[in-house]
Amino acid sequence: MAHECHCETIDCQTPAGNEQAPSPDRREWVKGMAAVAAGLMAAGCTDQASVDAFLQKHFRELSKSELQEVLERLEKQYSEQYGKDVEVKATPAKEGVNFGYALDISRCIGCRRCVYACVGENNQSRDPQVHWITVLEMDKEHGVSLEHADAYYDGEQVPREGKFYFPVACQQCSNPPCCKVCPVNATYPDQDGIVVIDYDWCIGCRCCMSACPYGARRFNWSDPSIPSDEMNPDTEYLGNRPRPKGVVEKCTFCLQRTRQGLYPKCVEACPVGARKFGNLLDPKSEIRYILENKRVFILKEELKTMPKFYYYYGL
Amino acid sequence: MNASSKKLAVTLAAAVLLSLGVFRFWAFSAEEKEGPEKEASAAEEDGGKKTPAPDSKPPGAQPQSVMEDAEATPVAPPPFSPGIFPCSGCHEDLDPNPTVRTLKRKHTNIVLEHDEKNRWCYDCHTQGNMDKLHLASGKPVDFSESYKLCGQCHGPTLRDWKAGEHGKRTGSWSGAKQYLLCVNCHNPHSPKFQPLKPLPPPVRPKDLRP
Amino acid sequence: MKSFVTFVLGSMRTVFRGSPAYFAWIGLLVLLIIQGIGAYCTQATEGLIVTNMRDSVSWAFYIGNFTFLVGVAAAAVMLVIPAYIYDWKPIKEVVVFGEILAVSAVIMCLLFVVVDMGHPERFWHLMPFVGKVNFPSSLLAWDALVLNAYLGLNLVVATYIVYCAFNGKHYNPQIVVPLVIFSIPMAISIHTVTAFLYNGMASRPYWNSAILAPRFLASAFCSGPAILLILFQVLRKVTKFEIKDEALHKIAELMAYAMGFNLFLTAAEIFKEYYSDTQHLVHIQYLFGGVHGEHSPIALYGWASLLLGIFAFLLFLVPATRRNPVTMNAGALMIYASVYIEKGIALIIPGYTPDTLGQIYEYVPSITELRISAGVFGVGFLALTLMIKVAVHAMFIPHAEHAEHEGASHDTPQVAPPEAAAKPA
Repeated sequence: MAHECHCETIDCQTPAGNEQAPSPDRREWVKGMAAVAAGLMAAGCTDQASVDAFLQKHFRELSKSELQEVLERLEKQYSEQYGKDVEVKATPAKEGVNFGYALDISRCIGCRRCVYACVGENNQSRDPQVHWITVLEMDKEHGVSLEHADAYYDGEQVPREGKFYFPVACQQCSNPPCCKVCPVNATYPDQDGIVVIDYDWCIGCRCCMSACPYGARRFNWSDPSIPSDEMNPDTEYLGNRPRPKGVVEKCTFCLQRTRQGLYPKCVEACPVGARKFGNLLDPKSEIRYILENKRVFILKEELKTMPKFYYYYGL
Repeated sequence: MNASSKKLAVTLAAAVLLSLGVFRFWAFSAEEKEGPEKEASAAEEDGGKKTPAPDSKPPGAQPQSVMEDAEATPVAPPPFSPGIFPCSGCHEDLDPNPTVRTLKRKHTNIVLEHDEKNRWCYDCHTQGNMDKLHLASGKPVDFSESYKLCGQCHGPTLRDWKAGEHGKRTGSWSGAKQYLLCVNCHNPHSPKFQPLKPLPPPVRPKDLRP
Repeated sequence: MKSFVTFVLGSMRTVFRGSPAYFAWIGLLVLLIIQGIGAYCTQATEGLIVTNMRDSVSWAFYIGNFTFLVGVAAAAVMLVIPAYIYDWKPIKEVVVFGEILAVSAVIMCLLFVVVDMGHPERFWHLMPFVGKVNFPSSLLAWDALVLNAYLGLNLVVATYIVYCAFNGKHYNPQIVVPLVIFSIPMAISIHTVTAFLYNGMASRPYWNSAILAPRFLASAFCSGPAILLILFQVLRKVTKFEIKDEALHKIAELMAYAMGFNLFLTAAEIFKEYYSDTQHLVHIQYLFGGVHGEHSPIALYGWASLLLGIFAFLLFLVPATRRNPVTMNAGALMIYASVYIEKGIALIIPGYTPDTLGQIYEYVPSITELRISAGVFGVGFLALTLMIKVAVHAMFIPHAEHAEHEGASHDTPQVAPPEAAAKPA
């Protein structure tokens, strides 16, 4: 079927560290395949950019120059599509950082300001609607119980009598079941603990969606649509760049912000200050203060996913 | 010696108030923040009945003081209504009136719902120097340091706020952060959060159509 | 090599000859395929939004069919075991037809996976050495590997046997027997790996049950032979294929054991859920009734599957009814339908309902899903029909006839359209 190829390294490297030239016969093989595929696709998609996109390697196997080419191609594509200068970066994870998040469920009022701030920041599709954050309304009577959770509550005012609110997004597990099941390694935990997705490598099989115990993953059931004027042009390859249809996406702790030192957008949007973020390895961070001083719990602890998203009772 | 016992008394007082459960902070809106505008404009030309801070000594008071540490906390500017500060602009020529009453001529938007049975304007605002607030000790504090005043009663909250747990921080998780003052979120005259209208619920999967 | 070319050309000729009924059947399948391609074009351009799958229920009808067909593929080859044990006379034919069925089923499996993918053109990411395969932890990666290996193995064995028959030679048992024997653990492995694909997901308590893989195997041992039972009768009627009633009754008897075991495992699962009565019960409640006072749209299927399974079991358990051709065939159809529902709807949908955050989305397949699935079944049955036609021609027609002119095809026995066996449910 294929040539014998020995270039498959056991461990993958970060693009920065990957100086290894791709094996020639592998490249040949893939090129041959590309020709076949291009022939099959026949109608009009045989331009160079599509062929390059088809041939693109896994993010962690791209050399520096290949990565540069990919980023430039994407920038060109998005800039044309949205009629503005779009930047696509690939900021590597910082050394000595492991991100953690804490959410005070005694303060959250369920106003969904975070949901829509996230949509804007992270270029989520407006139609069909994609929300990375789900805010659940729960009964005080039942406590934290997903059986009595409603994601579709509405009304004139929140918080409602007898209810409390429980936002859920990607829990950035240390032992992520989604990455375990991904057949092509398209999703994996990065050095700073953020579980990322290479949207150009994902085959759209949705195993990860079945494996995620937190309903955090979203599929692009059709081409996402983002109004040009609302599109956030400051993007990251593994983060908030526009996604193609047919791939999975989810919260990335706003890595386009947090890898530059900023707080995630939801933290800044929360009107009640219920959302906290920081470096778990920094003893002086607020996240460490919370872990050490508050009553913290994680969702579905029994699954040993080891989330880095903590819920707590601040009051 | 004297200063530290004073500190202790103040923190004890804070614990009493908290244990009474007088304050529950619920909702507040960044958008619908009419509160902060009225906030810092508390004093009218007349003063109020003086009520000393409660001074009983309950159990469970925190020994470590959260106040008066040397490092200045970087905070957002106090949310004054436009043109209202300095207060002395009007108050200089007015005689203080410490009587508890409903304000009819100025600051009519202020409704005191913050331990209102025991307090009046001059518990926080300073008779004779309306451009400053003051602590229970009488020590004047700027409006930009009003958290020190709040922390006299809400000690644990002030401690959590300093650690970044209470309230919202913006800026950089790894570098310069900006804190909001207590009054940026809580109307000091009526600190309880107001409910908000939630943003729209997500589209149900069955309504997600091509 | 030259004789292989002759074989291919001869087979091509065979495929293009036949009775009007044969061509009507082929025409029907081609129509199914064409409409399926049309529907798939819509799906490819608009995205999977034209299905009724959503984030809450992210796998559904396609993957259900895939799961069912993995069972069919596995069980077909399992028939090799009784064929050897009881030394049925037409052992060669039994093996070939089992493998042809397996090949068709695996083709359908792979197609169902492809139509379910968001980016099928990225299939090369899944290829060892070329792409980046997540071995050994991803079970889908394993599944793709074992299914392709199984497909290749069965294709090779079936082709070799038919090829030998075509040339009037006896196949070399030293090649065939080890491969056939090897295909047995392979058959178990494709089904086990597929079961593990669900079983390994701790996020879905409905699937996270240790008896899932045994249940898969037990139900496959019901549905696979059910097809072959009917297929053999059809072949016996229209070709020189000879299989004794006793062999059929033996298959039926083995099926009865498998059905009993399958029901027992199902009962064990139901007992565990209802007796322990934890939050995880909701999924099975959704299957058989509904949750939060809402009636579930799949409850009817849940009950149909269970009752058909029980009824078929009773028919096969009683020797008189399993030997009676009418009740035997009725029972085979019932168990086929039961397992089809069990794997297609009853396994997948309740696993997602309510979803991991307790939200309920009531999935029913969309027209596009049904059309594409019909197209995939069309491809599978076309492959099955053509392969059987070639095999029948090679094996039951004297050697001289292929070598000489092919004009005598009127006398050649024709495979009747295997409608009876062809109904998916």
